[in-house]
Amino acid sequence: MTWSNFLILRHEVVLLLIILAILVAEIAIPSKKKGSIIHFGIFLFGIHTIVGFLPMEENQLFGGMFRTHGLIHLVKNILNIGVLILLLQSAEWIQAKLTSEHKASEFFILLFASLIGMYFMISSGDFLMFYLGLELSTLPVAALASYEITKRASSEAGIKLILSSALASGISLFGISMIYASSGSIYFAELVDLISSNHLMLMGVILFFSGLAFKISLVPFHFWTADVYEGAPISIASYLSVISKGSAVFILTILLFTVLKSLIDVWENVIYALAVATMFIGNLFALRQQNMKRFLAFSSIAQAGFILLGIISGTSMGLATVVYFILIYIFSNLAAFGVVQAISGQTGKENMSDYEGLYRSNPNLSLVMMLALFSLAGIPPVAGFFGKFFLFTAAASKGFYWLVFLAVVNVTISLYYYLLVIRAMFLRKSDAPIPFFRSKLYMRLGLVITVAGIAVLGIYSPVFDYIYELSMNLMN
Amino acid sequence: MDILSLFLIVPAITILLLVFTRNLGQARLIALLGSIVQFAMSVHLVFAYIKERAIDDSIMLFTKDLIWFEPFNIHYSIGADGISVTMVLLTSIVVMAGVFISWRIGELPKEFFIALIILATGVYGFFISLDLFTMFVFFELAVIPMYLLIGIWGSGRREFSAMKLTLMLMAASAVLLVGILGIYFNSDTAGNGFTFNILELAAANIPAEAQKIFFPLTFIGFAVIGALFPFHTWSPDGHASAPTAVSMLHAGVLMKLGGYGVFRVALYVLPEGAVEWSWIFIILSAFGVIYGAFAAVRQTDLKYINAYSSVSHLGLVLFALLMFNKTAWNGAIIQSLSHGFMTALFFALIGMIYERTHTRDVRKMGGLLKVIPMISATYVVAGLASLGLPGFSGFVAEMNIFVGAFEHENIYYRIATVVSVSAIVVTAVYILRVVGIMLMGPVKEEAYLQLPRVSWYERVGILLLLLPIIGIGVAPLWLSDLIYKSLHPFIQGVL
Repeated sequence: MTWSNFLILRHEVVLLLIILAILVAEIAIPSKKKGSIIHFGIFLFGIHTIVGFLPMEENQLFGGMFRTHGLIHLVKNILNIGVLILLLQSAEWIQAKLTSEHKASEFFILLFASLIGMYFMISSGDFLMFYLGLELSTLPVAALASYEITKRASSEAGIKLILSSALASGISLFGISMIYASSGSIYFAELVDLISSNHLMLMGVILFFSGLAFKISLVPFHFWTADVYEGAPISIASYLSVISKGSAVFILTILLFTVLKSLIDVWENVIYALAVATMFIGNLFALRQQNMKRFLAFSSIAQAGFILLGIISGTSMGLATVVYFILIYIFSNLAAFGVVQAISGQTGKENMSDYEGLYRSNPNLSLVMMLALFSLAGIPPVAGFFGKFFLFTAAASKGFYWLVFLAVVNVTISLYYYLLVIRAMFLRKSDAPIPFFRSKLYMRLGLVITVAGIAVLGIYSPVFDYIYELSMNLMN
Repeated sequence: MDILSLFLIVPAITILLLVFTRNLGQARLIALLGSIVQFAMSVHLVFAYIKERAIDDSIMLFTKDLIWFEPFNIHYSIGADGISVTMVLLTSIVVMAGVFISWRIGELPKEFFIALIILATGVYGFFISLDLFTMFVFFELAVIPMYLLIGIWGSGRREFSAMKLTLMLMAASAVLLVGILGIYFNSDTAGNGFTFNILELAAANIPAEAQKIFFPLTFIGFAVIGALFPFHTWSPDGHASAPTAVSMLHAGVLMKLGGYGVFRVALYVLPEGAVEWSWIFIILSAFGVIYGAFAAVRQTDLKYINAYSSVSHLGLVLFALLMFNKTAWNGAIIQSLSHGFMTALFFALIGMIYERTHTRDVRKMGGLLKVIPMISATYVVAGLASLGLPGFSGFVAEMNIFVGAFEHENIYYRIATVVSVSAIVVTAVYILRVVGIMLMGPVKEEAYLQLPRVSWYERVGILLLLLPIIGIGVAPLWLSDLIYKSLHPFIQGVL
């Protein structure tokens, strides 16, 4: 491998080296000091995140199977930040779970392996690489979902995730084979001209689409979501809901906007129907959830429905709004999951009714949660408002006013259940509230980063300008 | 630093300082200082505006324009004309009075004042925005603190009322969002790209078909917060549960966003849509005027009486705006101001009465004039202003509205006007009924004889609101002058 190739594959290779380093550490560190692997892993990944921001050349490798671009590079960095926050928030939990059955190194290795899969998936230049990335990103997560092997729910979540995702990838692969049968190529660059609207091709596109819809948990491919989120450890639930979803949305958008551009009349309708179904089902089911993890699961289904409004436009502006929303969504959702994680780790309580009176005992955590929920609900001046407004603008730019109308109806519905949590924390008083506690340094750092993101990313407009510029660049 | 941006910066600094306060004393001191500075700024703004207006003929003065999101052509664009200047003045006075009235707020004082000032920031920002996007941002910013303000510090069915109010207003803003996007994507008539700027939008002459589609969305989006019948139901419940200062801000300031938004955006940017749809909204607003008045007659809870009276009075604002007539518009703006001071005063007084008698039921009280003379006398004055007695602000406003409305030759408008005028009679009924039962007559309970006297902060709060009511009533011309000149460009755009 030459130096220039290495630079293009930088993210993947460095992360692979980190995995190897952790493996070595697992062997080298005596069993009494296994906890230091956590610091080691977070430290290495922190370095990796920072190094990731160094500029990257736009190029391709392996005959077009792997490609880089400014926007792809940016999305990888966004995913890195998300994973870093997630590691900070999970550190305490991993530490608490540390036994001979739960090795900290396993957690890091599996998580990073999945992340490498995502890198390959979003960098893919053909369907083969795409499929490899998709599988690599899913399988380790299934193992992680059953990380708490002594808990039944956790094992169940793992089995559910692996079975349903295997089915989804299978269907996706079947779709890819039909696309290949119809066009004779699996390279994205060639496919752009070869896509036609014959039945085999359409069938292939739809089947392929279903596989990705599963990862994004669009209705009607969402049934696994709530159960898996509830059973899996909180870190994994939040990984599934932000990182995994974010990368899948991104690659789906890229494929629809570039490779399948000529079929826009077809997938526009599909997206329209899915968006309406996803928003309504996600929101209506979220209304009555009591468990915070299930609550956030349905909320994240509904958020995926909103993202489709950016995708439906099919323009570079739409691409920019989608990436921007993913960025904001990662921060907002991680903040919400972080608070759930902190409280669950300290007290084991995960129900909304347990949060009653939280502001009076733990004001800071409540404020973080409030900001996160306002951001998810799209209330200015926090970032989520800008993300959502721009998604709607993208949809309206193509004249989908009815869809925007349905979406804003859903925003109002979603506001209701987000306010339920705020009601519990701020309005209610409890005889036995969750007592005051101080989180560990890592957790606090993780929450502070998310709050900073929520506060700044919306108002500070150069962020969006930058994403917009890269999207324009990619689409042309 | 331009003079208008200060109205966002000073509240922001106030909030920042409030975060570091430790008890009620510090919190209210900071909040008071902040609101006094805002008041001083708004008075200065009025005089600066009058001075500047004499030499500058452009529609908006003190403008400032910075690009915010370039890809969407979103600007931070602010400016003021005579109407926004008076609205800002109203806001600053009501906020200051609200801080005085909340002098003894119980739990979580710091959070209370922070939420109150956030609300005020949203309102200031709304009144000075020239860009639809920023206007929308401030609109939502003003609404969301209401949830916490009513939910945490409210009474009665506070959780229900807070949720109902927030969801209805947010649903309205959602409808408004569709309207705004529709306006935005139809604004490129000259080939210069899309714009959110209100002045450019008005000049762009949006195609008539698009206006007809998006006018009702924009109008309803704003009118819900202006308590248009049948979307007014959030308001009485919200009032009934809200703490005193929040009721004051809610009725005095927040509900004014509706009329102002209708005037500034719906009518100005979409005049042809307005002409097309005005008939139905005239019916609704005229009905609201009558309905609110009759509903107030039937109520026994003081807060509900004034809440329905607000529905009636603000229905009149929307009614007047739909008349497309300079006199009526002038009346609508004065009515907004007058109602702002008057209702804020009413709710302040109701809060004081409730604190002393621990009831808001009119039937349980009597002879209060003998035991708490200052509060009762002011209540009478506010009541007289509300029913439109000459010498008070209400008269000036309603006179203008009805004279303007009746100028229409069209029989349809005349009937609607006559119907609305009749509400004045009903207003007299519910005002005088309360005065008669609650204030006159014998003192009903022994305990009422020992009611505490009015404290200094309550006195200041009352005076702050009473003076403008009398001021506008006695010398309306300077205010009319301020507003009337600013109506020019709007009336030209519409007719």
